[in-house]
Amino acid sequence: MSTAREIAAQVRAGERSAREIVDEHLLAIELREPEIHACNLILVEEARAQADAVDEARARGEELGPLAGVPVALKDNLCTHHVPTTCSSRILSGWRPPYDATVVTKLRAAGAVFVAKTNLDEFAMGSSTENSAFGVTRNPWDTSRVPGGSSGGSAAAVAAGYAPLALGSDTGGSIRQPAALCGVVGVKPTYGRVSRYGLVAFASSLDQIGPFALDVEDAALLLESMWGHDPCDSTSIDTTPEPIRPGLYDGVQGLRVGIIDELAGPEGFQPDVLAALDRATAVLEAGGATVERVGVPSAAYGLSAYYLIAPAEASSNLARYDGVRYGLRVEADGVAEMNAATRDAGFGAEVKRRIMLGTYALSAGYYDAYYGQAQRVRTLIIRDFERAYQRFDVLLSPTSPTTAFPIGAKAADPLAMYLSDVCTIPTNLAGAPAMSIPAGLDGDGLPIGIQVLAPVLGEAVMFRAAAALEQGLEFTARPQTLEAR
Amino acid sequence: MATRITPEDVLHVANLARLALTEREVEEFTVQLGAILDHAADVEALDTEGVPPTAHPLPLVNVLRADVPRPGVDRDEILAAAPEAEQDRFRVPRILAEDEG
Amino acid sequence: MTATESRVEYEPVIGLEVHVELATATKLFCSCANEFGAEPNTNVCPVCLGLPGSLPVLNERAVEFALRVGEAFHFTVPASSIFHRKNYFYPDMPKNFQTSQFDQPICADGTLLVDGTPIGIERAHLEEDTGKSMHMGGSGRIHGADHSLVDYNRAGVPLMEIVSRPEIRSAEQARAYVSELRAVLEAIGVSDVKMEEGSMRVDANVSIRPVGREQFGTRAEIKNMNSLRSLGRAVAYEIERQRELLESGERVVQETRHWDENDGRTHSMRSKEEAFDYRFFPEPDLVPVAPTDALRAKVHAGMPELPAARRARLVEEWGINDHDAAVLVGDAGLAEYAEAAVVAGAPGKDVVNWVTGEVLGFLNETGLAVGALPLAPDGLAELVGLVAGGTISRSQAKDVLRECLQEPKRPKAVVAERGLAQVSDAGALGATIDEILAANAATVDEYRAGDDKVKKKKRGFLMGEAMKALRGQGNPQLLNQLLDEKLDA
Repeated sequence: MSTAREIAAQVRAGERSAREIVDEHLLAIELREPEIHACNLILVEEARAQADAVDEARARGEELGPLAGVPVALKDNLCTHHVPTTCSSRILSGWRPPYDATVVTKLRAAGAVFVAKTNLDEFAMGSSTENSAFGVTRNPWDTSRVPGGSSGGSAAAVAAGYAPLALGSDTGGSIRQPAALCGVVGVKPTYGRVSRYGLVAFASSLDQIGPFALDVEDAALLLESMWGHDPCDSTSIDTTPEPIRPGLYDGVQGLRVGIIDELAGPEGFQPDVLAALDRATAVLEAGGATVERVGVPSAAYGLSAYYLIAPAEASSNLARYDGVRYGLRVEADGVAEMNAATRDAGFGAEVKRRIMLGTYALSAGYYDAYYGQAQRVRTLIIRDFERAYQRFDVLLSPTSPTTAFPIGAKAADPLAMYLSDVCTIPTNLAGAPAMSIPAGLDGDGLPIGIQVLAPVLGEAVMFRAAAALEQGLEFTARPQTLEAR
Repeated sequence: MATRITPEDVLHVANLARLALTEREVEEFTVQLGAILDHAADVEALDTEGVPPTAHPLPLVNVLRADVPRPGVDRDEILAAAPEAEQDRFRVPRILAEDEG
Repeated sequence: MTATESRVEYEPVIGLEVHVELATATKLFCSCANEFGAEPNTNVCPVCLGLPGSLPVLNERAVEFALRVGEAFHFTVPASSIFHRKNYFYPDMPKNFQTSQFDQPICADGTLLVDGTPIGIERAHLEEDTGKSMHMGGSGRIHGADHSLVDYNRAGVPLMEIVSRPEIRSAEQARAYVSELRAVLEAIGVSDVKMEEGSMRVDANVSIRPVGREQFGTRAEIKNMNSLRSLGRAVAYEIERQRELLESGERVVQETRHWDENDGRTHSMRSKEEAFDYRFFPEPDLVPVAPTDALRAKVHAGMPELPAARRARLVEEWGINDHDAAVLVGDAGLAEYAEAAVVAGAPGKDVVNWVTGEVLGFLNETGLAVGALPLAPDGLAELVGLVAGGTISRSQAKDVLRECLQEPKRPKAVVAERGLAQVSDAGALGATIDEILAANAATVDEYRAGDDKVKKKKRGFLMGEAMKALRGQGNPQLLNQLLDEKLDA
């Protein structure tokens, strides 16, 4: 599988046409999709038209963008002009946004070719992509297992060679956890670094769009192509980001790395995962970094705080799906009755559960005990991270306590499912960046992810540590299901 | 820990959230929400005396837009996407309860 | 003890919530035009339609307007204020939450002087308006309708909600409060304040309590008053209704009541028993508003003169009475018009006489706005000059003004056109008198021989003859003077 850099270079040099490349990827999708089901929609015509436009631009001698001709898969909660955007929910059936998300606009301008809208847990609520109204996505490494979630479709698409790059959204780990479970790189940037305009909201104060890629440098390329200030997003950071790629391979000599005590088991963590963390430690030390353990005590409360804050915000963000202006309507006598019937038919169980939880947490008499308290815990988590970053440049943890679990294994127990986000959630609460990189396989041949965390706006140092780990860990395995073909 | 949420609570919350739950859903949510809230008891019990709440991870202020009009979206496209439209407006069933805020 | 002695005296306690639409060019959180009367659903975009993925960005002018309101009513504008979401379902609200302000409003603790009495204003905050529903079938009211049609043009229009403290004590004072509030809001240019068009909406919380008691009575919230007059009527009705209830031993129910302009009563609005639970929480898609010192200074420097100060100044500078000053300042644009006429050279008092008399009369008669008058203020000054200079009489001036208010003509042009200019040349007037005296020698003799009564009669006849000869254009003052001189010579 070619990287995005290779493809863009070939297209720029005229070695291969964008059309040839997109057709090759569309063929891969056609072959593997019946088994994987990573896509809600395959954009055959649109992708070919975009690719042809790139080829024509080159023929006219125009300057090509950094992603010219590179196939990109989009999580299906990113608005695409006139192209169905479903959030894997029945409630948005038939809806075609009248506008593009800011990231979509930026990637179009960079020459990217959108090949698919990928499956997700409905409205990004879940950790396995099982909560999709359109069926589960299967892990390319083992199709009896989940790809993680909620951006499971995007992670599987990159792992299965549908596209070298994909976009996801990460509210509590929805990029990093599926990246780990599918053996690819996934990045959650600093909150506000990438515009959220056109990302269908789950939890506004936590949501952030980020890249999936085959390797660290491709992830950096994609992130640099879409970040920056957007006047349409009030929470967008208005400073110019420090570029990542110039210092990407400068190594980790002298870097201070902390391993988060609260997120390093052993209880609840698969031994193979902890072994991978040890290997990562060894790689960094070999590169000249110092590695020590560090306590981030309030991180232990992250999960509980998250499951109050995120549903509360979601309960309000999802109130607009009422059968009045767009999407599904189930007729009933009376507007309130129509709203309720529509929402009951249109939302799946997990979405309803979180709307209920969030509504309860905000309701009269409980606000202070739940939502208010969770926001104060959020302050404690931010303070604990700040304290840790006084001593360390980056922090390290497993991305997920386990590798990919079998489809259906946690479907009946919401709490067990929520626990698979325990390592990723604290960063979202702190608004800081974190990324997952593949760090080997477990005994069943399933990929393990290691998470690198950095302080707010610390993308450059985070990527530098991740690049060093990538080089040292030498993860080159590819899903066997693909090799067999 | 004792379950702190009752089926009546669930029905009240479902009404606020405009969800028409089946009896079975009410039962399930009573158990599941109870379990999740029990898990959140650790947060509830934490001493946060004097700790300010964080609503925003970043300390941004005064993000403002110039007061200059720009064209919106095409009405025909918007109304075509609506479940039901009439006289260039969105049509809804009759409003039975006087539940305006 | 007689029945009269046991009768309890009640005191009304009134608080007013006033919503005003801000006169910005665009909506509060998106760049759609903020205009009244556009075709349905034409001023809409992903943000104000609440489409998935859209995000709000605050209008800077709305903030500036809020700061002006802060200055005008002596509010405290805190270092930082934030928006909250008020969650409830209603089809005219695209997101099913209203972005509003809750415990950290942009303006807190203000005051307004109403006829010399300070009325406290608890808060003023920014929020977005809702869309508009049309109820189809039945009587066009919400009850009994078959279905409703929603237009989102108004959804997202900036509002300020201005909440008085319960310090208003009568229906008249409620009217006066809103009237003064409206004058101030108009003076500072933040709103059209048209109750009839809905750009200003008033809800009243009314309760009564026995005089001398601290504790408030149970209140009713009165809605749907769309003029100052109906506000006064509705509040007076409600006070009386509550008094009758209490006097007959019943109690007041806490509820929302709808004012019906036709039958002149308030009616209970059927409402579900359950209390509203708006689940307020900080709006995560917006950041705090922290007005900078520079912005505060700019707003402060740009504040126009407020109505109370203007009234005081006009009384002082022009020597007019309080009532005339109130009329001028109370009516949209009248004071500007008068001041411009004074700048053009006319004395204030004369200008005010014309403006509060003929000009205002004409405006009331025609329903025109001051700005639509064909006579510019300097034209009025010209008219005042013609009277003062003796060119035309005051009664002639009335006719001239009437014509100038009806069509775009200057007073001097009308005077010339009608040949109205008075003869004020003493020589010409003297010659005419000489002719008249010569032609009526007998009358002159009778005058000279007669007593006062006869003198008066004969003199009047001669004066009339002279004026007739001058076709009514003789300067009456000068003519009288010359006639006396010649008769008594």
